[in-house]
Amino acid sequence: MSTISVIEGSMAVAQAVKVCRPGVIAAYPISPQTHIVEFLSQFVADNEMDTKYVRVDAEFSAASAVYGSSATGVRSYTASSSQGLLLMSEVLYAMAGTRLPVVLTGVNRTVSAPITIQPDHQDTMALRDTGLIQLHVESSQEAYATHVQAFKLAEDHDILLPVMVCMDGWILTHSFEPVKLEDQEKVDEFLPPFVPKYRLDTKNPLTYGAYADDEVPEFRLMMHFAQDRAKEKIKKIAREYEAKFGDYFGGLIDTYRCDDAEIIMVAMGSVIGTLKDAVDKLRKENIKVGVLKVRSYRPFPGEEILSAVKGAKMVAVLDKSLSVGQGGPLATDVKAAFASKQAPPVLGCIAGMGGRDMSMTLIREIIEKSQKAIATGETPDTEYIALKRQYLE
Amino acid sequence: MVLAERENLLAAGHRACPGCGAAIALRQILRALGRDTIVVSATGCVETFTSPYGMSAWEVPWIHSLFENSASVASGVQAALEFLQEKSSVVVISGDGGTFDIGMGAMSGMFERKQNITYICYDNEAYMNTGVQGSSATPYGSSTTTTPAGRASFGKIQHKKDMPAIALAHDVDYVATASIAYPQDLMKKVAKTKEIYGPKYIQVHTPCTIGWGFDSSKTIEIGKLAVETGLVPIYEVEKGKPMVVKKVKNKKPVMEYLKFQNRYRHLLKGEQKDIADQIQAICDKNIERFGI
Amino acid sequence: MIGAVCKAAGSLQYKTGTWRDNRPEVNDNCNGCGICETFCPDSCITIENKKCIIDYDYCKGCGICANECVRKAIVMREERK
Ligand SMILES: Cc1ncc(C[n+]2csc(CCOP(=O)(O)OP(=O)(O)O)c2C)c(N)n1
Ligand code: SF4
Ligand code: SF4
Ligand code: SF4
Ligand SMILES: [Mg+2]
Repeated sequence: MSTISVIEGSMAVAQAVKVCRPGVIAAYPISPQTHIVEFLSQFVADNEMDTKYVRVDAEFSAASAVYGSSATGVRSYTASSSQGLLLMSEVLYAMAGTRLPVVLTGVNRTVSAPITIQPDHQDTMALRDTGLIQLHVESSQEAYATHVQAFKLAEDHDILLPVMVCMDGWILTHSFEPVKLEDQEKVDEFLPPFVPKYRLDTKNPLTYGAYADDEVPEFRLMMHFAQDRAKEKIKKIAREYEAKFGDYFGGLIDTYRCDDAEIIMVAMGSVIGTLKDAVDKLRKENIKVGVLKVRSYRPFPGEEILSAVKGAKMVAVLDKSLSVGQGGPLATDVKAAFASKQAPPVLGCIAGMGGRDMSMTLIREIIEKSQKAIATGETPDTEYIALKRQYLE
Repeated sequence: MVLAERENLLAAGHRACPGCGAAIALRQILRALGRDTIVVSATGCVETFTSPYGMSAWEVPWIHSLFENSASVASGVQAALEFLQEKSSVVVISGDGGTFDIGMGAMSGMFERKQNITYICYDNEAYMNTGVQGSSATPYGSSTTTTPAGRASFGKIQHKKDMPAIALAHDVDYVATASIAYPQDLMKKVAKTKEIYGPKYIQVHTPCTIGWGFDSSKTIEIGKLAVETGLVPIYEVEKGKPMVVKKVKNKKPVMEYLKFQNRYRHLLKGEQKDIADQIQAICDKNIERFGI
Repeated sequence: MIGAVCKAAGSLQYKTGTWRDNRPEVNDNCNGCGICETFCPDSCITIENKKCIIDYDYCKGCGICANECVRKAIVMREERK
């Protein structure tokens, strides 16, 4: 029987990782990821998990250690945030390139400078091109489910890529919510033990990390193909999870009141819950709005997004990060997916960077800007929402 | 010590320069370790010349990912083996750059965790793979492409970092230095690590024909001279036992060693000759300190 | 293979013997002591029936074996002009 407990988002992740039975965990503390790894350390200390916990000297070593353990054929997990994720980045490229199915939690927090521990998506965006699969979650319950799904996805022999579950720091990791925790036996049925395609083994000596001069384009392309295959797998695994445990949070995307919506807000992560509440309010005022959640950022579900928003008059894409010199990365991807297709105009909205609160006023600003663009027929490329102009120099 | 009779675990066809000391080290190390070994390497000459895709020279499982993380990758491999209850030896083989410089934090972490890993540094005293730049293992007075000798420079100003002492400060279970010129000693030391549970550090002096500038036939001769002059002390420290030092009966003046190598060529004549005397003083100090 | 993993000892396909300028030749002084085998960087010496055998498919002609043989049983001969 599953149980429902009111727990921190970090505990939801730790509980999910625990039932996935990783053989090796290596991690290094950074706010707001700390509680996850503290809980896991305690599980190991209490013998609630049969896991080797490698307490490392830096995130660079954390990623490197799970690189090594995964290549040795053992299910492996790590977690980090912000500066820590960036310190891992060199290893993450190598991990994806070596096709090691590590699961990691990317606890979203902005990146220095200026230093702050507030959440936004700047950190995981910087890892966009590593080859990692990136799944964003909106709630603790979804974080729980997505971690369990992530191991299944990563370890599938058609995929074999690291999967990063992205969740907003503090907003999700440090808030208490009722979370349904699943039975170990049921999870074991859903997620069988890891069967590596190859591994470091003295009985069959293989070379990992060879020097390749001529083959690089093809190896990179094969990662791309694997991400393409992951599109179907992500959807399938989400449905399998639903069949087993009764919960569904979307596949590549999820939609809320989009069917007849004139304005559709596209976003990722914890803001989705806030947006859904806002949609309900705005609908009462006869404003036809809907929300589209991008659950899988990599692989990027351009086609799914397009077919879900086709009927709308305006697509407002919310980005919690800024690709300096270009604009919002999510908006950029949506625009690229819509290019030369029959699609509604796209309004990029930078909102919620550095943890700036996503209030109802702010959402109204997005809606008003969208309505104005519809009325004038002119859609600005990017709007900066709730900007405090007094700080601009 | 029982070594498999002339077992060769580094296949021919690798792409080291003719006369490469590091390649000799690999062959001796692998012979001492045997097949039940997983090797983790850092980026560097060894990685490059042994692992062209599809043409790997390794006959034991081998993994490389980056320049600065081999100790951490090994930590993960070892943790995984422990989880699986398998007992293969986990051995890092990394260059001096990967050990003394960019990978030192990772190595320190592994030592501190007391993991059952043997860390072997093949020390060719510079970043050879990228074109002979100076590392913190590059010895005093030697010329590299980033510590070049010139009108106002006698080569590297700083002394070689004492990495074995740093390893010892971690209270690791076994620390040794060795040279490819003394294969029995080297293989005995490497084989011994299999009997000791915990972190171990071995630093192997591996002359490099390209980077040091000497004829490819002289690799072993140069290696011997480094030891016979006292410049490279050979010793081992097993936890709880006194240090054992390789004694040298007829010590040679360091000039015998320097004069064979282009990296010291600038010290043979003129103003910079007193630097050679200072290098002799380093030898004399070693001889006294270690009782060579 | 996926992830650029590859099999052991594929290097044997690559015949480094073509790099050679000088060729080590073994004479009758050889007693098979194996010193040269321990020092050869290129894994191309084997000792069979107390005699040193050199695999010219791979020998790069570095000359270490000739330099280290105490019995002067290996002589380097120029192969290329
Ligand atoms: C992070 C990073 N910085 C720099 C390099 C470039 N690089 C590759 S190998 C190398 C030098 C290796 O030196 P060492 O460890 O002494 O090994 P050697 O080549 O001398 O055998 C350098 C600087 C790299 N690969 N990665
Ligand atoms: S540069 Fe030196 S260490 Fe590198 S392969 Fe050549 S001889 Fe060996
Ligand atoms: S070192 Fe000389 S004597 Fe000994 S095996 Fe080699 S060639 Fe023969
Ligand atoms: S010349 Fe060099 S490569 Fe050839 S056999 Fe002798 S030691 Fe080996
Ligand atoms: Mg070096």
